[in-house]
Amino acid sequence: MATLTDSRKRELRRELETLVGPGAVLSDPDELLVYESDGLTLFRALADFVVFPTSAEHVSAIVKLAHRERLPFVARGAGTGLSGGCLPAEGGVVISLMRMNRVLEVDYANQIAVVEPGLVNLHLSWNVGPRGYYYAPDPSSQQACTIGGNIANNSGGPHTLKYGVTTNHVLGLQVVMPDGEIVWLGDRTRDAQGYDLAGVFVGSEGTFGIATQIVVRILKKPQAVKTVLAVFDQIDSASAAVSAVIARGLVPAAMEMIDHLTIQAVEDAFNCGYPRDADAALLIELDGLAVGMEAQAERIVEACRDAGARETRTAKSEAERQLLWKGRKSAFGAYGRVSPAYMVMDGVIPRTKLPYVLSRVNEIVAAHGLRVGNVFHAGDGNLHPNILYDPRKPGEEERVVAAGAEIMKVCAAVGGSISGEHGIGLEKADFMPFIFSAADLSLMQRLKSAFNPTGLCNPGKIFPTKKSCVEVGPVAYRPHAIEEKGLAQRF
Amino acid sequence: MTTPTPTSALAPVGPLSLHGLSVEGVNQCVHCGLCLAYCPTFSELGTEMDSPRGRIFTIKSLAEGRMALSDSAVRHLSLCLDCRACETVCPAGVPYGRLIEAAKAEIERQKPGALSRRLFRWLNFGLLLGHPRLLALAAAGARLYQTSGLQRLVRTSGLVRLLPGTLPAWEALLPPVPSKADRVAPPRTTLAAPPRRARVALLTGCIQAVVFGAHNRATARVLARNGCDVLVPEGQGCCGALNAHGGDHARAQAMARETIETFEAVPADFVIVNTSGCGAHMKAYGHLLADDPAYAERAKRFAATVRDVAEFLAQEPLRGPLQAVTLTCTYHDPCHVVHGQKIKSEPRRLLAQIPGLRVVELPESDWCCGSAGIYNLTQPEMATRLLHRKVGHVLETGAEAVVTANPGCILQIQAGLGAHQSGVRVLHLVEILDRAYGGGA
Repeated sequence: MATLTDSRKRELRRELETLVGPGAVLSDPDELLVYESDGLTLFRALADFVVFPTSAEHVSAIVKLAHRERLPFVARGAGTGLSGGCLPAEGGVVISLMRMNRVLEVDYANQIAVVEPGLVNLHLSWNVGPRGYYYAPDPSSQQACTIGGNIANNSGGPHTLKYGVTTNHVLGLQVVMPDGEIVWLGDRTRDAQGYDLAGVFVGSEGTFGIATQIVVRILKKPQAVKTVLAVFDQIDSASAAVSAVIARGLVPAAMEMIDHLTIQAVEDAFNCGYPRDADAALLIELDGLAVGMEAQAERIVEACRDAGARETRTAKSEAERQLLWKGRKSAFGAYGRVSPAYMVMDGVIPRTKLPYVLSRVNEIVAAHGLRVGNVFHAGDGNLHPNILYDPRKPGEEERVVAAGAEIMKVCAAVGGSISGEHGIGLEKADFMPFIFSAADLSLMQRLKSAFNPTGLCNPGKIFPTKKSCVEVGPVAYRPHAIEEKGLAQRF
Repeated sequence: MTTPTPTSALAPVGPLSLHGLSVEGVNQCVHCGLCLAYCPTFSELGTEMDSPRGRIFTIKSLAEGRMALSDSAVRHLSLCLDCRACETVCPAGVPYGRLIEAAKAEIERQKPGALSRRLFRWLNFGLLLGHPRLLALAAAGARLYQTSGLQRLVRTSGLVRLLPGTLPAWEALLPPVPSKADRVAPPRTTLAAPPRRARVALLTGCIQAVVFGAHNRATARVLARNGCDVLVPEGQGCCGALNAHGGDHARAQAMARETIETFEAVPADFVIVNTSGCGAHMKAYGHLLADDPAYAERAKRFAATVRDVAEFLAQEPLRGPLQAVTLTCTYHDPCHVVHGQKIKSEPRRLLAQIPGLRVVELPESDWCCGSAGIYNLTQPEMATRLLHRKVGHVLETGAEAVVTANPGCILQIQAGLGAHQSGVRVLHLVEILDRAYGGGA
């Protein structure tokens, strides 16, 4: 925590209240406590203040105050993130964007919407749904997570396979820079001039500033949707089927894998219709024009059967389809049925390596005396091994962390990556050297310093800490004496 | 500078409880946050202390001794509606209702508040709800107050502002008590129209009996038309739901025992309930009395026979003939029907069978209206915000009537529509069914 005396804290609280109004600042330790974690409870850190702005001007004023006081600050949405990305790692100010949740404008003719960062992802689709539109990126937490958080992590989702990730759907952003300046990156059209700064900003995990307005693309809902459930007695056959489908030139909108343990959890939760005796199931969705869809579905079914599916069935109604998706999208939370805590990994691997990596994951977790549930975006090769553990049992947490690191190493070794969509945050910062060289990291650090020269904006994230084996710790920017005197300026 | 630390440092091993009431369910929460956007108070305020996940975390911290029951903790826990919308969406199956009831009981134990508050609670929970005769007497008094012109005098003269504590709010929400003739209970026995389907016992309730006696009589008639012998056990009192929700655990247990005894004396296959909180609560008697060896088994058996009236009726097609009810209506899901008992399609299926009736869906139909037991008395500000939200949605639909199934919701939504000078009526589901059967005539 930043070292503030009690009286200084009271003064700052009063000043924050004059900026955003009473009832919009928290500093009571009991109230701060519920903000100590996001969706990943493995890490926790306490802020000095949580502040609730309602406008870009508010955000700018808060950031300027933090800047003046040299207080670290970090933006937070719904707190559903899975890498500790919105934690106040060094204390300071949490800027909650939950009161900035409006849809400011929808331009149906040009298929764009302008929204505030605290808007819940799914609520945007609800907003434009009656006119036949939707917002494509669909993280599994879309019923609660915010567009702002999606921007930070460049979030994906099941339908990423066909539609791409958040960055493919963001055209421009109004951003409060780490010094409080309000700027626009990108534009309202796809051909913005100059450097693609909106592209640079998306996925920067809150370290480049705070988005206060976002221009997103909205898409026309597909004419037809078909959802197939393929059931396997061997998870290896399911992995093989994933590659077989793609190899036949078919690109489903989504292709999700859900394993035996996860099926038990989601069936306990919502009776979704996944067969409990299956070793694994693939949830495959096709969307687009109705013409030709039947033939495509048949080819997919054929590929699955050739790979060893014991059964395939098509959702017969929208209700049945929704229920299958509800199971898939609630899977992480449903682990609460079988374990008091879990840690989700977010590795990405080449699709063809699925059988090998999944078996390695099982071996590693078993060797640490733990259990694992797998539910993931198979079509993208984006794995989510969920290591189940009990934080109350001494030593389990450490074993989880160790197993997680080994799994990440396997992903890196087969030519993959350590994060598909959950962000690096705090959790994977020390894994960065698995895939990036010191030179890579130093280049990234320079980019960060260009946006965030003081390092006050979401410190402690993405870059390995000094205790990690490779010494590429964040080099905090310190203004030179002549800069401080205003005699020189850095660009 | 604080390095984030693992959580295990402070978490003890062993079941967690608050003064003997288990809150072990907090460990089912994996902090995913999927509940957040479905919580009315979080949606209004955006503060995580006022979200289900935040409250679970607060309860956990209290049970672990990480946090004392501070005034701010009391404030945030008390702001919970206990609507249980979070339970419906929770993939982990956190038994939130039980957790918040334990927390509210702990608040009463540690921080019962000022004398006036304790007096108010004793008057309601101890005296009126526990003693049907006193409640009837109070209803008669309220009726006199309302019809004699005294109420008008109090309200127009500004005298109301001189009332102490929460009394002015209470006065404003005092439901219009119908005449004595209209407060009469349904007959002790109503015989089934043949062929007979079941023999049922009807809970007439506490507040329901004095404010909406007509709904009880309509329920008996509709059940009889659908093949039920309807028995109304004599001497039945309050089921204790309001006490349990308000943290009055011991009295809630006593009332549950009395209710079980009263209904066991009647030879019925099912106990039918037409009020949402009561049905959900009575279905949970098994849990409430689990530690009472004399009652644990009986409570479980009793709970298994409890049915919400819509749940029961929807098991079979409504028996004809049904008259047309020419009306456009919308349906508001009472929290403890839809979230507490997971009954969502049943009332809609019943309405769909009534000829002439047009049903339009209500946006956020399963969101709390702010009534929430006595919440509109204890948390008037939030209750009003939620009521405005509800009324706004009702008016959007263009419906002529809102159909629902709980006295609290009916009074609350009626008050909200009244404030908008709206002519939209609020009806209990059984009223509209009764009308389709030709009513009481």
